[in-house]
Amino acid sequence: MIRSSCLHSPAGPVHVDPEAAIEAHPQTGADLIAADDVLLFVNAAITSTGQREFHSGADEQSLSLDFLHRYLMGNYRDLYAATLALDVNDHNAVMIAWNLLATTAEADADQRRAEGRLIARRLALLPPPRVYGLFRRLRRARVNNRRTRAIMRDWLAARPDPAFDAVKYRGAVKGAVRHAHLRPVGELGPFLFAPHRPAAYATPILETWRRAHYEQAALYDLPYTVAEGFAAKHRIARAAFLERIAPRLTRLERLRLQESARGLGADAVRADLTTMPLTRLASYVLALPPDDRLRRRAELTAALRAAACRTAGDRAGRWGAVAAVLDDSFSSSGSGHKRRRPLAVALACHFLLEALASEYTPLWLSGRTDALLAHPHGATPLGERILDGLERGPERLVIVSDGWDNSPPGLAGEVLRIWRTRLDPDRTCGVVHLNPVYDAADFDVRRLAPTVPTAGIRDAENLVALVELARFAEGRTGISELRAHLARRVEEFLREGS
Amino acid sequence: MTELALTGLSTRPAQAWGGVRLVPLVREEPIEDLRLDARLYDAEFGIVEVDARSAYFSYIPHGFVASWTRDGTPAAAYGTQLRGPAERDRAPSRVPLRFHRRMARRAGKNRLRFLPLHLALEGYLALHFGGPEIAWEEWSRRAIDRGLSPRVEEAYAGAAVRGLGDALRVFEIHPGQCGVLVYAADALAAAFVVPHPDDYRALHSTLVHDLYGELIYHYAMLSMPVPDFRARIADATVRSLADLRAQARGQQDEWAAFHDQVMADGLLGADYTYQHVYTMGEYRLSRFLPSFERQRENHIGELITDGAGRLAYLKTFRLSENQVRRGHLLTRLAADGWNLADTAVTLGVTEPELGLRIEAAGFGHLLRRDVLDRYRAQARRSRR
Repeated sequence: MIRSSCLHSPAGPVHVDPEAAIEAHPQTGADLIAADDVLLFVNAAITSTGQREFHSGADEQSLSLDFLHRYLMGNYRDLYAATLALDVNDHNAVMIAWNLLATTAEADADQRRAEGRLIARRLALLPPPRVYGLFRRLRRARVNNRRTRAIMRDWLAARPDPAFDAVKYRGAVKGAVRHAHLRPVGELGPFLFAPHRPAAYATPILETWRRAHYEQAALYDLPYTVAEGFAAKHRIARAAFLERIAPRLTRLERLRLQESARGLGADAVRADLTTMPLTRLASYVLALPPDDRLRRRAELTAALRAAACRTAGDRAGRWGAVAAVLDDSFSSSGSGHKRRRPLAVALACHFLLEALASEYTPLWLSGRTDALLAHPHGATPLGERILDGLERGPERLVIVSDGWDNSPPGLAGEVLRIWRTRLDPDRTCGVVHLNPVYDAADFDVRRLAPTVPTAGIRDAENLVALVELARFAEGRTGISELRAHLARRVEEFLREGS
Repeated sequence: MTELALTGLSTRPAQAWGGVRLVPLVREEPIEDLRLDARLYDAEFGIVEVDARSAYFSYIPHGFVASWTRDGTPAAAYGTQLRGPAERDRAPSRVPLRFHRRMARRAGKNRLRFLPLHLALEGYLALHFGGPEIAWEEWSRRAIDRGLSPRVEEAYAGAAVRGLGDALRVFEIHPGQCGVLVYAADALAAAFVVPHPDDYRALHSTLVHDLYGELIYHYAMLSMPVPDFRARIADATVRSLADLRAQARGQQDEWAAFHDQVMADGLLGADYTYQHVYTMGEYRLSRFLPSFERQRENHIGELITDGAGRLAYLKTFRLSENQVRRGHLLTRLAADGWNLADTAVTLGVTEPELGLRIEAAGFGHLLRRDVLDRYRAQARRSRR
C-alpha cells in the first residue's frame, strides 16, 4: 500500500494564489489539492481501461491507473468509495470494489457499511462476466472476509435465473459458490460439482446442457457462448451453426457477429440497429468499409439519429447554437485493443450534439463534412478548427479530442486562453473539452488550456452529465463543494437501487 | 559546388516523441509522373557489384523502384513485391546473401531499380578509393597497388536508434506530405523526400530500416525528451478573432522560417559536389558529397530532380565526426597530390603529426611501416 502525503500529489504542485483562494472559498491549498486529486482520479476512472492506447502501452496504462487507485484509497478512502456512484467505467468499478474488499481491515465499521452498500449496488449494475471476474480475482488473492462473502451471497441470490448462470458461467459460479461457502439449492449442487452423475435433470436448461453432449439439436437451446463449444465438439459448420443459433443471441452478440455471419452467408443473424447504444453503434459503423457505409447510408444514419434522440431524451433541441470540434486525426485510430475508440466517441458525440442543439455546426479536424465516412487520418490542427468554431459565435463549443495538439503544438491552448482573457471575458460562449484517452504519463486526460474545463469521456451517452459537471474540472472548486456533490450522487445512486 | 534546396516543399509543425523530432514536408502539387515503391529483399545482407573490380557489401533490406512516364501522364506505383523465405530453400545456419548488379539498374522500360542510401554511401566509400596517384616513397606497396581497399564504415540500423521506431509509429502524416526531416536530440539525422503523398505513406515506415551514423545513435540513446516548439501569442496585440487568426498563421510561418534557416541550416546551407548517376526522362538521379569541413554537419545523399530543378526525391545520411575526419583527410591528401609534406603545410601541422593522424583515421596500412615508426619516434621525442 502506498501512503503518500498530499504534497506528492500526482496532480503536481498546484499554484494557488492564497488571497484569491481564501476570498472565494475559505480553504487551504491542501483542500484544493485534495479536490484536484479526486477529479484527476475520476477522469482516469472514466477513460482508462488498462488497455493499450495510441500513445502508451497496456503496461504503462495499468501501472499508472493502479497507482492512482492506491493513492486515492490510501488518502481519501471515503471519497474513493463514493466514486462508485459516478459514471466510472466497468473496469475501474471492479478495481475499486476489489481494492476496498481486499483492505477491509483498514476501514472502520461506518465506512464498511457505506462501502458495502455502494459495492453491492454497483455490482448489481455491472455485466455478470465482470462480476464473476471479480469473484475469481478475490478467490485467487484469497480475500475471504465476512463482508466479501456476504456481498457474493447477496449478489448470487439476486440473479434472476441461477440455473442459466450455472450453465453459462459454469466455472465462475462453481468458484464463487465454493469461495463464499454457499450451499447451492436443488439440482445446482450436483450440476456444478458432479455434472455427469445424474441420469437426467428436472431443470430444463440443465437437461438441455446434458443432452447437448450427445444430441446436436439440443445445443441450439443453450446460450451462444456455451453452444459454440458444443458446435466445435460436434463439428458443425460455422455458417449452419450461426443460422440456427441466431434466435438465442443477445443484442450485442448479434451486433458483433452480424458482419462475419453475413460473410459466411448466415443471414439470420440480423441486429436491430435502432435499439443499439449510441457509442457501440458508432464503433460498428466505423468498422464497416467506406463502400458499405455509402450503400447503407440511410439505414446507418437513421439508426445513429435514433440512438442519439433516445440518449438526448427530453433535452433534445434545448442546447441552442452548438459548435463541435471533432478529432479525426490519425491518433483517433486508437490501438489494437481499442480500435478507433476515440473516433467512435467523436462520431457518437456528433450525432448526440446534433440532437441536443437547435443549431449545430460540426467541425472535423480533417475538414471533412460527411461524418458517416469519418476515417482516422492526418495531423491535429486543433487551434485552427477552434478558431473556426469560435467565429460562428455559438453558445457552446464542445471539443472532442485526445488533446495531442500538434499542428502547431500548443496553438489550441493559446487560442482558448486569449479567447477567455481578452475576447470573451464574460463567458458568453461555454467551452468544454471532452477527452476519450487517458494519458498514463500525466496521470490525467490531456488538457488544452487551464481556462477550459476538461473531462474524460468513455461513452458519448454521458456527454450531457459531463458537460454540466465540467465546472468542477476548472480547478477552482474546493473539497467541501466536491464532497457535497459526491454525497448527493451517492444518495441518488443508492436510492435508485432500493 | 552548389547548395541543396527543398524546392516545391513547405515545412509543417514538428512532432516530437522522446528524443526524436520529425518535421513534415508538404508538397502543394504532387509529382504524378515519377513514382517510387519499395522492393523488399529476402536476404538482408547484400553484395553489390559496383564495377568489374569493386564490390560493396552491406545490410540492404530493400531497394526502391522509380517508374516514370515520358509524356507526363500519371504513373501508378507497381506495388510492393514480397518474396517469402519458404520460396527458397536455404540452410538455416548460413547468412543469406543477395547479389545485386549495380547500385542503379534499369528494371524494364521506364523503370529503374536503385538501392536507397547505399548509392550515397558507396559514393562516400569510393572517395579517392584508388589511393595515391603519385608513388611517393612514404606510401606502402599495398597502398600503391590496391588503393584503400578494403574500405569499411559502420552505421546503425534505424531499429537500433532508441525511440525512432515509436516516433515513426505515432507520427501523424499530414495530408499531402511528401517528406520528413528526422532529428535526434535536435541534430539533423536524415532527410527523406518522395515525389507523391501516396509513395510517402507507403515508404514512411522504411525509415526504420535505414542507416544512421554513430553520432545519431548516441544522441538518441542519451537524449532527454526534446520539448515541443509551442505556439505563443502575445495578448496585447489581439483585439478580435481576425487578429487571433492572423497571429496563428504567423506562428506557422515563423516556425517554417526558423526551421529552414536554423534547424536545417547544416543540410541546406552547405556546399555539395554532385555526381550524376542516371537520367530517366526529364529526371536526373545523382548523388552528392559534402565539403568535409570539420566541426559542422556533413550529409551525404542522393536526389532526383526534374528539368526545372524541383526536388522529386532526396535521401541523406549524416556522417559522424570520425567519418567527416576521414573524408577531410582524404580530400586534402588528394588535393595536394598525396604528398605528405605539402598536405602537412596545408593542414598547418608537422609531417609526423600528419602521419599519426592518418594512422588514427584508420589508414595506417597505407604508410610504409618504417616511415610510420619514424613518425612515432619523432612525435615521442617532441613530446618530451
